Amino acid sequence: MTKAEILKKVQAVIAEQLDVEEKQVVPTANIREDLDADSLDIFEVMNQLEDDLEVKLDPDESIVTVQNVVDYIDQTMAK
Amino acid sequence: MAYRIMTTASAVPHKIVTNDDLAKILETSNDWIESRTGIIERHIAVDENTSDLCYRVAEKLLAQANVAPEQIKAIIIATMTPDYYTPATAAIVQGKLGATHAFAFDISAACSGFTYALSVARGYIQLPTDYVLVIGGEVTSKVLDWSDRSSAVLFGDGAAGVLLQGTPEKADGWYGEQLLTIGRQSEQLTSGYTPVTQANFGQVGQTHIQSTFFQMAGQAIYQFSTRQVPRAIEAAVLAAGLSLDQVDHFLVHQANARLITKMASQLNQPLTKFPMNLQHYGNTSAASIPLLLAEQVASGKIKRGDCCVLCGFGGGLTIGIQIIQY
Repeated sequence: MTKAEILKKVQAVIAEQLDVEEKQVVPTANIREDLDADSLDIFEVMNQLEDDLEVKLDPDESIVTVQNVVDYIDQTMAK
Repeated sequence: MAYRIMTTASAVPHKIVTNDDLAKILETSNDWIESRTGIIERHIAVDENTSDLCYRVAEKLLAQANVAPEQIKAIIIATMTPDYYTPATAAIVQGKLGATHAFAFDISAACSGFTYALSVARGYIQLPTDYVLVIGGEVTSKVLDWSDRSSAVLFGDGAAGVLLQGTPEKADGWYGEQLLTIGRQSEQLTSGYTPVTQANFGQVGQTHIQSTFFQMAGQAIYQFSTRQVPRAIEAAVLAAGLSLDQVDHFLVHQANARLITKMASQLNQPLTKFPMNLQHYGNTSAASIPLLLAEQVASGKIKRGDCCVLCGFGGGLTIGIQIIQY
């Protein structure tokens, strides 16, 4: 899966979970501050991405922006 | 011999702490707490310990059922915040009640404690005259770090329970149960650790045991709650020969409103079958399910003959499911 494809998937899941428009979910968006997510939202987003992408995700505190999520998934899938 | 629930009761501390009260001591707000968790207020013990709350429940249960303390066969209390390591909270309650023929002990299974205690209680019920008190009680405020806003806002104190009686009708009152433990994840939800150190030996004048406050690995517990718990509920219901649609009420541990909403959707059941009272009590751990049961019975929302799934989940990690007919 390319990074561009991962980004599209992440944008779709975040938009649905946080009830925002996909166009707001830009790579530089801070998930907590710009998209008003709390920890439960982030857990749910990660859960959904795990299920949809069939990959085990175990993120740490370094996930701050949408791009962080994409990079993390890309790294995890490469292993 | 099955059990039937003769009566239910609850007891909570008189002091109510609102979200606004918490906002005075923590960097938080009513809006944040309410929207994230569903909690508006919780009861916090000031001058009552776990045994006091449990004793009040026991007194009410006996009075409501017109059963004398001497008739009680066993008292089982589920708690993770006992008054003491020893004696058991249940022993203290036995003494105060004058339940001189009852044996008594505590069960430690965190938020699954009440459902585990019901499982144990069933084994003691062999005759219609076997009366067993099963109570879940907590003073979680004893183990909270009141400077940690991520956990301090979630919990509350309280106790509730049931008086069980043997019933001669076969399988009346009880359809099935499932108890699960995932010990390899035990580090993900902890409270009250007592370490062994060099200083334990020969420590003169040691007056307290070190302990750590409640802590939880959020993502892992969220996954556990929204994946394994609904799966376990479905498996238990099917194993009992029922379908999810036949269940009238799902009384699940009152951890968080959004979690419960998610569980309902995972099970494809209407949210109306998942009553909640966490708005007014927070997470009361082992007291959570019986507190909800007692309120739902008192308000008439749970009626005799209703099929209820009681599901506790939490520290252990544990899941406890009892499928009963009220």
